[in-house]
Amino acid sequence: MAIRERLSGNEAVANAMRQINPDVVAAFPITPSTEIPQYFSQFVANGKVDTVFVPVESEHSAMSACIGSQASGARTMTATSSCGLALMYEMLYVAASCRLPIIMSAVNRALSGPININNDHSDSMGARDSGWIQLYAETNQEAYDNFIQAVRIGEHADVRLPVMACQDGFITSHAVENIELIEDEKVKAFVGQYKPENYMLNPERPMAVGPYDTVNYYMEHKRQQAQGMINAKQVIMDVAAEFKAMTGREYGMIETYRLDDAEAAIVCIGSSAGTAKVTVDKLRAEGKKVGLLKIRVFRPFPTEEISKALTHVKAVAVMDKAEGFSAQGGPLGADVRAALYNDPFKAKIVNYIYGLGGRDVTVTSLEQVYNEMLEIAETGIVGETYRYLSVRE
Amino acid sequence: MGQMVEIRWHGRGGQGAKTASLLLADAAFNTGKYVQGFPEYGPERMGAPITAYNRISSEKINVHSNIYEPDYVVVVDETLISSVDVTKGLKEDGAIVINSAKSPDEVRKHLKGYKGKVCTIDAGQISIDTLGKFFPNTPMLGAIVKVSGIMNEEDFLKDMEGSFKHKFATKPQVIEGNMNALKRSMQEVRGL
Repeated sequence: MAIRERLSGNEAVANAMRQINPDVVAAFPITPSTEIPQYFSQFVANGKVDTVFVPVESEHSAMSACIGSQASGARTMTATSSCGLALMYEMLYVAASCRLPIIMSAVNRALSGPININNDHSDSMGARDSGWIQLYAETNQEAYDNFIQAVRIGEHADVRLPVMACQDGFITSHAVENIELIEDEKVKAFVGQYKPENYMLNPERPMAVGPYDTVNYYMEHKRQQAQGMINAKQVIMDVAAEFKAMTGREYGMIETYRLDDAEAAIVCIGSSAGTAKVTVDKLRAEGKKVGLLKIRVFRPFPTEEISKALTHVKAVAVMDKAEGFSAQGGPLGADVRAALYNDPFKAKIVNYIYGLGGRDVTVTSLEQVYNEMLEIAETGIVGETYRYLSVRE
Repeated sequence: MGQMVEIRWHGRGGQGAKTASLLLADAAFNTGKYVQGFPEYGPERMGAPITAYNRISSEKINVHSNIYEPDYVVVVDETLISSVDVTKGLKEDGAIVINSAKSPDEVRKHLKGYKGKVCTIDAGQISIDTLGKFFPNTPMLGAIVKVSGIMNEEDFLKDMEGSFKHKFATKPQVIEGNMNALKRSMQEVRGL
């Protein structure tokens, strides 16, 4: 029987960490992810886990400690946000290219500047090319479920990549909501024991980790790394199927909501998807054909799934909680456009920048987006393809 | 949607408005509801105005925005009325509950023509009488449960006793005071 609880997103992830009982957690506090290592260090102090908790002096050191630990063969985790993630930047690439399945809880917060503690996706979107798998959560429940699944995805022999399990800072990280927890023993059985194929302290197979790579081999290694990301999609689906068998909760690369016969759709990431569902219900009650496509997995990018799900839609609003400064929109907008490029029934696409630095995303604001898309669907006239939502100009 | 109750809390940093909203979420959760309890975060510090929110529903809650048209507003610090538009968006068939020794009619004069129900409760005095300290959030919690009728009063009191026993396991001497604060505020809230 699942355990009915009410927890904030940060409490939920800290509890997932407790249930997984990793070998090592190395972290440095930063709002709004601070509570995760804070709660977890209490579990360590109270003997609820036998994890070695490494308090470090910076996020660069946190990720470096994670790399050393995971390379030695220990299951390793961390949590961070915003500028903390940015300070890890160099080491993110090292973790991914060393094929170390470190699991990070990334609690999304705007990346400076101006300095701001509230939610948007500029921190993790900046790290989208670092070689980490990225999962995004709509709710505290999904933050918890994704974090548990991340262990199996990253450690799979076909993948062996680090995973960033993201949730929206404050919006889900600090909001107490209902959640169904899985029993400790079931989580432990689900994640199993970490059995790395290669590890540094194995005297039978001594190896070097992270040395200089020559022109002669560098590109082959990058090609292998890319294959891990390509393979991740099938593993993500397989792990989701097993997770559904355990909990009844269904996960995929994307989630669709009332999209099958929709003429206008929103594509978004994270907590706004819940608000979009409420908006869809409201507009559907008025007879408007609108739907939602939520991105759960951003890396690897669900190109085929998106193309298939949107093929009948006439107008699509792609919502970016990060400004890409490309002068044409954000990162999700670029990837969704690319996904639909070879679709013969290409939908009209508008890329919205929204929710930066905690700007509230409401049913009213998303209703405006749907109405703008319905107008495009009706007239066929796209107009400006790069728009800002809820901004004073 | 029709069954969802939305509540906005106004307080000052350090007065426990956020804690009260989380306690209300806890109590509603324990009576089987779906809940949200969340503060609006910014550069807050002791004494600065803060806002916190609750959604309580018998169905799963999907929306993740702040609350702009609340059914109820709770004002933990009376002095906020002059600086914050506390009735902004408040539904006329809802109510505002204010921590004040004044009568509802006296307070209503300062509420920019709000036509709905105005309730007052002297939470400061109750907390000093029952707890010996200025902790207005516990009496305010009792008052909003009474005014909103969002849960059965006996179930609420029983649940809160359990919560206090858990929360104050190391100082059981304060449990009775907190329970008295809740009960008194439920009896003494004016303007029902």
